Amino acid sequence: MEVKFWDKKIETIGRGALKALQLKRLKETVRQALKTPFYKARLKKCGIRSAEDIRKLDDHNRIPFTTKDDLRECYPAGLLAVAMKDVIRLHTSSGTTGIPTVIYHTRGDIDVWTDLLARSIVATGASKEDIFQNMMSYGMFTGGLGLHYGAERVGMTVIPMGGGNTKRQVQLMKDFGTTVMHITPSYALHIFSKLEECGVSRKDLKLKKAYLGAEPYSENTRKKIESLYRIDAYNSYGLSEMNGPGVAFECVYKTGMHCWEDTYVIEVVDPRTGEPLPDEKEGELVLTNLTRRATPLLRYRTRDIACIHRGPCKCGRTHRRLSRITGRTDDMLIVNGVNVYPSQIEAVIMRVPEVGTNYQIYLEKEGTLDKLVVKVEIYSKLFSGDIGQIDALKSRIRDDLRASIVINPVVELHEPGSLPVFEGKAKRVVDARAKL
Amino acid sequence: MKLIQISIFLENKKGRLLDVCSLLGENKINLRALTVAESDNFGVLRLVVDKPQEATTILKAKGFVANLTEIVAVEVPDKPGGLAEVLKVLAKHNINVEYMYGFLERASTRALLVFRFDNPDTAIEVLKANKIRVVGQKDMGAL
Repeated sequence: MEVKFWDKKIETIGRGALKALQLKRLKETVRQALKTPFYKARLKKCGIRSAEDIRKLDDHNRIPFTTKDDLRECYPAGLLAVAMKDVIRLHTSSGTTGIPTVIYHTRGDIDVWTDLLARSIVATGASKEDIFQNMMSYGMFTGGLGLHYGAERVGMTVIPMGGGNTKRQVQLMKDFGTTVMHITPSYALHIFSKLEECGVSRKDLKLKKAYLGAEPYSENTRKKIESLYRIDAYNSYGLSEMNGPGVAFECVYKTGMHCWEDTYVIEVVDPRTGEPLPDEKEGELVLTNLTRRATPLLRYRTRDIACIHRGPCKCGRTHRRLSRITGRTDDMLIVNGVNVYPSQIEAVIMRVPEVGTNYQIYLEKEGTLDKLVVKVEIYSKLFSGDIGQIDALKSRIRDDLRASIVINPVVELHEPGSLPVFEGKAKRVVDARAKL
Repeated sequence: MKLIQISIFLENKKGRLLDVCSLLGENKINLRALTVAESDNFGVLRLVVDKPQEATTILKAKGFVANLTEIVAVEVPDKPGGLAEVLKVLAKHNINVEYMYGFLERASTRALLVFRFDNPDTAIEVLKANKIRVVGQKDMGAL
């Protein structure tokens, strides 16, 4: 198998040299972090007052974890380590409670991120000869812009289509001979099922590769996509707190995602105790971004469950490989690639006087796509007897939910007392999608 | 001259209509007219009964979501064009019909229809002025 590199020197760097580089960059990051009120206070508590207090890489483990709640509390500027005039972009994400989080990027930060994606793309064997159709959403969601920049840097022909609009996606794939697509696994399966309807057959397409990300999926789903389209599908990992995609990506051997350790310190910890776990042992992924200047983040609890594969990869890259993500430590749901917290749904429902406080979130597969059903009970005193009122109520709840969670749910109204009632901790989420 | 209709919110679930009808039957409440307006996962059952207040109390006590709406029952000649005559009068006076349905009635030469108007009082005046008979609650027992 042909192995290509974007930056061979750094991708095949010896483990010793890699650790030395990590230490150097960790110091720089701590220096940067100490410019923020948040880390200044936080690091002081563990005896780190200056970058010089980081003497060896093991000192990294003295640093307390940073959590999503910390990011929320720091919103909007508590973690900004540079002057706003040096920020060229920011990405926010809606939090679980409606308080968003924000990550700022300097020109240099975007440059490093872009390079990681160029590296990731070339690791899959793609090159400037390829036609790249980006089917991930643009905007605040980092999946779209991240890969877009990386693909341009490689010199691919980029089709910035974004998500949705299957007919047009297929048309573009056919007309421009798309060879690489960036897509969620569920949407890849959906598009395949619609090819015939679009009047296109597989032989009309020049597709060779798919980059699959933004939602967890099984090895069987990968194999299914590969055999249906007769392509190679590569797993991609990232999260907006760590820039977005490009934290880890599979190479041509597809045996786990190389985590770019020159830019990230990767750890797996026991989610309950926070104790580090050895390689090959599954736990919560904790990441430090070693290069970002605008928003330094140290030992960030991703809440993603995975493990690290030790041992060399046949491609020659020395960066350790990350397994696929097998779950979450919190209640976050991933619906067609979009992150949704049940508390966001609850907040919307509680604002509607015509419905009661009992509700249920039901997830199922409709074809290959996820379907989110929000079931609520109507509040008897506010029923006017008019079916139009009920339909209007449903539309209103649906619109409010879409504004909050970005995806379109199905709203179902039920009679009072018909949804399960819980004593103690309520189990409001029923996920009827097949387990991985 | 207005009648009371009971609207009941019902989930689209097996046996739910039966639950309502059995409950009313057990309590000796007689149905005069009914229709179901359906949407995707629910329906609104509309009922005209002989004892609407009592029926509503019983339904609510059993946890049904019910509400009362004023409707007008109109006698329509049971012959071709009978309904059209009534509707013509209404249209001429700009009275909008939100929905309508038929009565459960024994054989006769007259048909009874239930109308829901946005303004029932004006509708009743117009109908009466045009010599169209409107049936009141007190006539219900005789039906």
